[in-house]
Amino acid sequence: MASIAEAAPKPPNALAGALKEAALAAGVAGALALPLIGFHLVDVTGGVSVESRLSWVVYAMLAVFAGRFLLAITRRPAAASGHRDARRSASGKRNARLVGLVILAAVLVLPFLPFSNRYVLDTAITVLIYVMLGWGLNVVVGLAGLLDLGYVAFYAVGAYSYALLALYLQFGFWECLPLAGILAATFGVLLGFPVLRLRGDYLAIVTLGFGEMIRIVLLNWQDFTRGPNGIDSIPRPSFFGLPFREEPPEGGTSFHQFFGLEYAPEHRIVFLFYLILALALVTNWATLRLRRLPIGRAWEALREDEIACRSLGINPTNTKLSAFAIGAMFGGFAGAFFATRQGFISPESFTFMESAVILAIVVLGGMGSQLGVVVAAAFFIVLPELAREFAQFRMLLFGLAMVLIMLWRPQGLISGREPSIRLGRPADG
Amino acid sequence: MLSVAGIRTFYGQIEALKGVSIEVRQGEIVTLIGANGAGKSTLLMSICGNPQPRAGRIVFEGQDITRLSTHAIVRHGLAHAPEGRRIFPRMSVLENLQMGATVADPAHYADDLARVFKLFPILERRQQQRGGTLSGGEQQMLSIGRALMSRPRLLLLDEPSLGLAPLLVKQIFRTIAEINQREGVTVLLVEQNAFHALRLAHRGYVLVNGRIALAGTGAELLANREVRSAYLEGGHGAVPA
Repeated sequence: MASIAEAAPKPPNALAGALKEAALAAGVAGALALPLIGFHLVDVTGGVSVESRLSWVVYAMLAVFAGRFLLAITRRPAAASGHRDARRSASGKRNARLVGLVILAAVLVLPFLPFSNRYVLDTAITVLIYVMLGWGLNVVVGLAGLLDLGYVAFYAVGAYSYALLALYLQFGFWECLPLAGILAATFGVLLGFPVLRLRGDYLAIVTLGFGEMIRIVLLNWQDFTRGPNGIDSIPRPSFFGLPFREEPPEGGTSFHQFFGLEYAPEHRIVFLFYLILALALVTNWATLRLRRLPIGRAWEALREDEIACRSLGINPTNTKLSAFAIGAMFGGFAGAFFATRQGFISPESFTFMESAVILAIVVLGGMGSQLGVVVAAAFFIVLPELAREFAQFRMLLFGLAMVLIMLWRPQGLISGREPSIRLGRPADG
Repeated sequence: MLSVAGIRTFYGQIEALKGVSIEVRQGEIVTLIGANGAGKSTLLMSICGNPQPRAGRIVFEGQDITRLSTHAIVRHGLAHAPEGRRIFPRMSVLENLQMGATVADPAHYADDLARVFKLFPILERRQQQRGGTLSGGEQQMLSIGRALMSRPRLLLLDEPSLGLAPLLVKQIFRTIAEINQREGVTVLLVEQNAFHALRLAHRGYVLVNGRIALAGTGAELLANREVRSAYLEGGHGAVPA
């Protein structure tokens, strides 16, 4: 690609080059599209038959040809973008803070807005779960620079901790929440130990395997986890002891009675919404705080250069393990919330796809950027909701979004990091 | 202060240091010179425990540090500015310096910062800039400044002149002398630039193929015919092992 950009000065050559490149891309698209969308199954009497729809393949090729051609003729040499980034970051950060506050204000009043209904709130809760997971994974990937493809494992550990503790020991949500975090953090350390020496691709592969191991254990340990049937009737959270039920339990009061409200099933949804919002904000606050503490700076330094870290007296073992543990802990909290919100969990919910989505949120948001994660999470959850008719092409949209972001914002939607200290106001502590 | 006795370091099956002994005394600047691959950097890295030597002993201020891990060694008052600068490119200059103070007492952070800024005024002006956006010379200053933030008694410098313009090389060497004289930091310096290094150093060692071939004061080595022909005049004369 770079060679095309560099060969751009002479217009006729550029045009020919662009055409050639576009034709090549269209060829590749055609080769991919033929088996993927070129055929589909249709119901016919007595079974299904395969029908071809070659016109779709042609459309896909034409779209790729046009896109690639436009890109090739409009694209400027890649060198310029780096400088622009550096200059923009200072003022961009102040804006980011403002945007963050505006988003927070909008989210806080969301349940009381006129268009807000159960569907909107449910979607918002899902977005917030992913925001929280993204922020948690950001500690590991964005700050410590450890590529983790199995983050969903900790989400699963959190969810199953709560579900199993409730199932076997009748623990409530509020007791389980810290336990889920602690258990997930323990698993984080367990994963951390064998991968201490690994970096980059090798680390990614092992974490991927770890994520699958957790899922497969949950799937096959039928006596304990009920395997693929999952666990149902997971207790719903109470409002600090007041259940959200029309009929209060014997000798108790339920939420609506206590506050003298008319019973409405939405109360629980609104509560769940604020609960996950609070959990996510705690995650954000803790991450930002940690970044300014020696441990957070050590994570970032480790991401930049492990050898330099050692020679400055940073213990890489402890630093990496703490990043895994803390990232996992937030995943565990989110998992416990997921379990109580769904009321039913099964290993199905914790596939590699989830890890990929969470990682995509972090990467597309801009590694290490808190606001970027919010934007990307909203994008990834709301886009498929808006495009429900395209359900079967969801992955295609995913891929398209990824390609577009890699082209225009290779550093992620919100790039550039803010220094954790400035002169005059040295880091506290 | 630092005594390295007969260390042998291996990379896999390859023996990079074949029994090297050197001595660094309090207040000195000692330089190690030698051709590419002679084992200069390996010697510095072995002192820092990465990789650890398979045989021999390294004693720093009376304490055996041979089997300690890198981050533990640094806590004993020894700082290493590794080859290739290895600053943190996406962190600001100030943050880089702050990372250097990891093992230092936070009480003298402000003092140490002021000291480093006095040695390298350019770093003070660039403090909010990302490390990666500095020029090569500035990065080198940052690397040395960062190492100084831990208040080391012994500073190990690995090729501080690498890739710098001649004018900057002079400046870096002047600063090293300043660190040594004014701050009282003992320096062990690995250099390709034998001429500058030997003029600066109190004593020097010549490493050839993982062994110490020659030792002497800086002036002696500068005057030595074999050293001159091998390292100073671009010749290829062999130094007797």
